[in-house]
Amino acid sequence: MKKLSLFLAAALLTAAVSPIGVSASDTEELTYSDSVDWDKFRGQNITINVYNWGEYISVDDGTEGAFDTNRAFEELTGIDVNYTNFASNEELYAKLKNGGSSYDIIIPSDYMIARMINENMLEKLDYSNIPNFELLISDDFKGMDYDPNDEYSVPYMWGMVGLIYNTTLVDPEDDVYSWNILWNEKYAGDILMFSNSRDAFMIAEKYLGYSMNTTDEQELRHAASALTDQKLLVQAYVMDEIFDKMIGGEAALAPYYAGDALTMIADNPELAYAVPREGTNLFVDAMCIPKGAKNKEAAELYINFMCETLVALRNCEYIGYSTPQKYVLDYLDPELANDPIAYPDEATLANTEAFIALPNATTQLIDELWTSILTASEAEPWTIPVFLLACLGLSIGINVYRQVKKKRNV
Amino acid sequence: MSKKSKYAAVPYLVWMVIFILVPLILIGVFAFTTTVQVDSEGNVLTTEEYDTYVADLIAEYDEIGEDYDINELLENDDITEKTVFTLAHILEVSKYSSVLINSAWLALIATAICLVIAYPLAYMISRMRESRQKLALMLVMLPMWMNFLLRTYAWMTLLEKNGLINKLFGLIGLGPFEMINTQGAVVLGMIYNYLPFMILPLYSVMTKIDSRTIEAAQDLGANGIQVLGRVIIPLSMPGVATGITQVFVPSISTFIISRMLGGGTNMLIGDLIDLQFLGNAYNPSLGAAISLVLMVFIILCMSITNQLDNEDMEGVLM
Repeated sequence: MKKLSLFLAAALLTAAVSPIGVSASDTEELTYSDSVDWDKFRGQNITINVYNWGEYISVDDGTEGAFDTNRAFEELTGIDVNYTNFASNEELYAKLKNGGSSYDIIIPSDYMIARMINENMLEKLDYSNIPNFELLISDDFKGMDYDPNDEYSVPYMWGMVGLIYNTTLVDPEDDVYSWNILWNEKYAGDILMFSNSRDAFMIAEKYLGYSMNTTDEQELRHAASALTDQKLLVQAYVMDEIFDKMIGGEAALAPYYAGDALTMIADNPELAYAVPREGTNLFVDAMCIPKGAKNKEAAELYINFMCETLVALRNCEYIGYSTPQKYVLDYLDPELANDPIAYPDEATLANTEAFIALPNATTQLIDELWTSILTASEAEPWTIPVFLLACLGLSIGINVYRQVKKKRNV
Repeated sequence: MSKKSKYAAVPYLVWMVIFILVPLILIGVFAFTTTVQVDSEGNVLTTEEYDTYVADLIAEYDEIGEDYDINELLENDDITEKTVFTLAHILEVSKYSSVLINSAWLALIATAICLVIAYPLAYMISRMRESRQKLALMLVMLPMWMNFLLRTYAWMTLLEKNGLINKLFGLIGLGPFEMINTQGAVVLGMIYNYLPFMILPLYSVMTKIDSRTIEAAQDLGANGIQVLGRVIIPLSMPGVATGITQVFVPSISTFIISRMLGGGTNMLIGDLIDLQFLGNAYNPSLGAAISLVLMVFIILCMSITNQLDNEDMEGVLM
């Protein structure tokens, strides 16, 4: 984390030194680098399947000067992009495990990358096809814990989880800089919560003062019972639905990703963002190629394209997440580059923790606990078999009775 | 039936085998099997034993400092995976029996309300002039021309706390009411989405009831209630049975309605299955076991509703 903050201090310094208004005029001079032969696959009628988070790329939303990343790639290289979304790392994992669908690019988060590497689900990248990794990615994002030898992934964005709240609905007396507020009964029915287990458990664990990577069964069970208590106060468990609900003022409090907080605040100025002092999660989302990708080289070209300063800048501007790129911050609108939500100060960063891949047994326990939190009921294990036999018996009985009766009537 | 006409069923038979029978068998296999690690002597390793074994192996090779592929090492040591029969998944489903009961209850309410709404409407349509009937049927079908998700999403914006309905109530000084993220909202979603499936079979049966049958009953002195109870209801029973099945089955297994309108806190059996296959708790075996339980339950419900169009049942009902 220390490395990261040094890098940030340096970045902020460059931003401060460079003359004001630099961003608007200078970005127009940005063009694609000639680090690779972009035309390599032109005319070969290749399509790559890109599987990314929802709202996680710059698209043409009709505003002036909008940049459509995938269209720009198609124009530059002649490769078609088939772009689809997932809502959580776990959904992505399940999709890949189920097989049947083939993707060329996926963008999971750190802990999921580590898990996929462990389970032999990722293809090693050929970095000679991705020169931009060496040239343009900040050294602070090389050799990350999840991929220590830089073999499988290229960082796309990073960010942290914080608390988004509606200033008109939250009592100013209440402390939004603590996860405690998510257990405050005053806000019953006004709280939104992550619908993915890892993030939800992270919050409960931090609330109870544990590590977010704990493998201790007792601690996990405590976290689960905290989440069960919280369920009474939760309005809904959501992922991307949060945009509509928070912007529309449907809920008062919701933990979510910093970059998306910026997007929501831009749409509804009544919203604000806080990082609880108990600590939170810092994550990196990185581009990977899953095993079984049909167009690996074209996919690597896509990764290289995404690392282009111009492209990374446009994506960064659009989605508001923080960039792991060396030069993007120089071009970024100073307002965003200096925004404490996207680029928090050293003290905040020091108080964060990154997810690591948990042992299988722990992952399984979390999944089990999470399902039982959402369904919350205890019953004897024999109930379903007995119920099944009763159902079968009854339906056979009814049909036999019918047949017998029919015969008698004939 | 001539031999030739039998061949006409071949395309469907092929379809049925590939897309119905094979998946059913797969569900059964998933639900009743589990993989275990077996060592060279055929002893089954528990998860802990296996984990320590792998950890030891890794530690050993890390000490030597050699490059290795852990899967290869395990293969060399004759540690293999074996698929064995188990009842564990089915037993595990018991944990979620309250979810199943809740889903069945909500689906039952939705089906009952659909029947109450659809029955008089279907009768009215069936007694209209031919040209009017077509128009009325089109109106019934109209919402189905829109995407299912879109329709449910629209209900979200209607029912929300700051949604249209609460805003209207606000104008006359009422509310706001808690409507979204409740079981009522889920039932509403089911009724809205599946009502046409109740109306259509009822209508198609009722158009076949000859008006002269009803007139005959009236001539013989039956009053309105008697005509309904002794003529119309018994004759429309096959439609009722089909309608109930067509509404109940998708209602009990829905997952998107409860997620969008129930806010993820009112989990139904469909959500649970979805969670096992595409959600956080990736566990296809448990998912298959739940699906199996749901299927058996639906078979029971269908054999009960089938009783309704049994000709012997006429009169019994009244």
